[in-house]
Amino acid sequence: MDMIQEQLLAEIADLHGVPEGAYNIRANGQMAGRNTTANIDIVTKTDKPGIDIIIKAGTKNESVHIPVVLSQAGYTEMVYNDFIVGEDCDVTIIAGCGIHNSGDQEARHDGIHEFHIGKNSKVRYVEKHYGQGDGNGERVMNPTTILHLDENAYLIMESTQIKGVDSTKRFTKGDLAAGARLDIRENIMTHGHQVATTEFELDLNGDNSSADVVSRSVARDFSRQDFYSVMNGNAVCKGHSECDAIIMDKATVKASPALSANNVDASLIHEAAIGKIAGEQMIKLMTLGLTEAEAEERIISGFLK
Amino acid sequence: MLELRNVSYVVNDGETVEILKNISFRTDDRFVAITGPNGGGKSTLAKLIAGILTPTEGQILLDGVDITNMSITERAQNGISYAFQQPVRFKGLTVRDLISIAAGRKMSLSETCHVLSEVGICAKDYVDREVNASLSGGEMKRIEIAMMLARKTKLSIFDEPEAGIDLWSFTNLIQVFEKMNQEIQGTIMVITHQERLLNVADSIIVLADGKIDRMGPRADILPGLLLYDNTCSLLNEKVR
Repeated sequence: MDMIQEQLLAEIADLHGVPEGAYNIRANGQMAGRNTTANIDIVTKTDKPGIDIIIKAGTKNESVHIPVVLSQAGYTEMVYNDFIVGEDCDVTIIAGCGIHNSGDQEARHDGIHEFHIGKNSKVRYVEKHYGQGDGNGERVMNPTTILHLDENAYLIMESTQIKGVDSTKRFTKGDLAAGARLDIRENIMTHGHQVATTEFELDLNGDNSSADVVSRSVARDFSRQDFYSVMNGNAVCKGHSECDAIIMDKATVKASPALSANNVDASLIHEAAIGKIAGEQMIKLMTLGLTEAEAEERIISGFLK
Repeated sequence: MLELRNVSYVVNDGETVEILKNISFRTDDRFVAITGPNGGGKSTLAKLIAGILTPTEGQILLDGVDITNMSITERAQNGISYAFQQPVRFKGLTVRDLISIAAGRKMSLSETCHVLSEVGICAKDYVDREVNASLSGGEMKRIEIAMMLARKTKLSIFDEPEAGIDLWSFTNLIQVFEKMNQEIQGTIMVITHQERLLNVADSIIVLADGKIDRMGPRADILPGLLLYDNTCSLLNEKVR
């Protein structure tokens, strides 16, 4: 690992050096480090690029880090990672991708992450995307996440993309069995001419399943964001999705929520709000002594916290 | 010392409306109450002093310095605080964030708790709460007052601080003002309809129809205000 790669790792995974527990670090398409534990195995796929992360039933309080860094201009890759989490687990999975592109060609990471979460297991999945580099080449990330939650499984997914990714298409698809619960928190900020599309498609198939999707975003400059969400209530279930966007400068934001209730006891709610920073919020913080720029910064950083 | 010299505020929205007409006064009293009927221009006056609105005519001076053309931020940094009548909610900012911004430095947990306990809020339950729609109007009002306590400026303007604090008591609110007076030795200016707050004011300014109807020491103004005057019939209703 070189300095640039180490710095990307710090940005996306708060990692300084080697993490504790199981990990797999991928740098420019090569394995740059791996550790497995008694309960967590990581196996390289043989038929396509990617890894299988296999977590034994009953694994508690363990974590897996699987960061990806790209620092080679013009490098593009497509990676398939599968997570097989056994029953009765309580684990944290930290993924993330950092791209440093100082060349003129596009650098791109496309990933498909598929989760199988066993009965009664609780998983926290954290994913951060970050780009940097002064080249003209675009930094592109297209993550697809597929979630299968077995009975009473609980997944918390936190994804953040605050800086430096020129183009992103996120697609998150999930199905929930009886009693399963899915909480998604997504934070996105786009600048310049960046484009971000995020799409959710969730099937609440089991009785008493529930999903809560909260997407908060800030679109600045000339950037563009599209938010699509489809929630299908196919059983006695509760679904809530919320898209809350701050729009600034010449940016555009589109929110297209769709709810589909296929059971009389499905209770589905969507909230969407797009607007600029409220003038009274700016004024309040200025009466506390902040300048206009400081007030704006505080409001945005709080909003995306 | 706050001084207003011939301050007027006119809005032109199709037709010209004079919200405030030729207001002049000077005060360094520790507790000044501004009262009068709704629509009389009280909140506009507060916003002109805080810099949220700019007078169309006249000058505003703080300790002899002309602040008429200063921005909101500059006035805040020069010692003016303003507690809104309708406190503002923020998605994502916590009570501690706001108290820290008000204090101008990162406040520790115990410092934040101390300020919140002054306004009767059980601090532990609130420090990390977001100042969003989940807080009630009364809670928002008290957090607004707590920010003023954290700021400790020489001029503190409160716009109807009593509205919505029913769960708390006037006695506590008055104690907060007294404590601020002891600590800061500045001027507290309160827009109010409440007799109990008027009762503790050093001086009272009555604003009606955009003009100073009368002003002076409490002893001179208050009796007439409550008993005899038509301009303040609204005030009387509110007090009852």
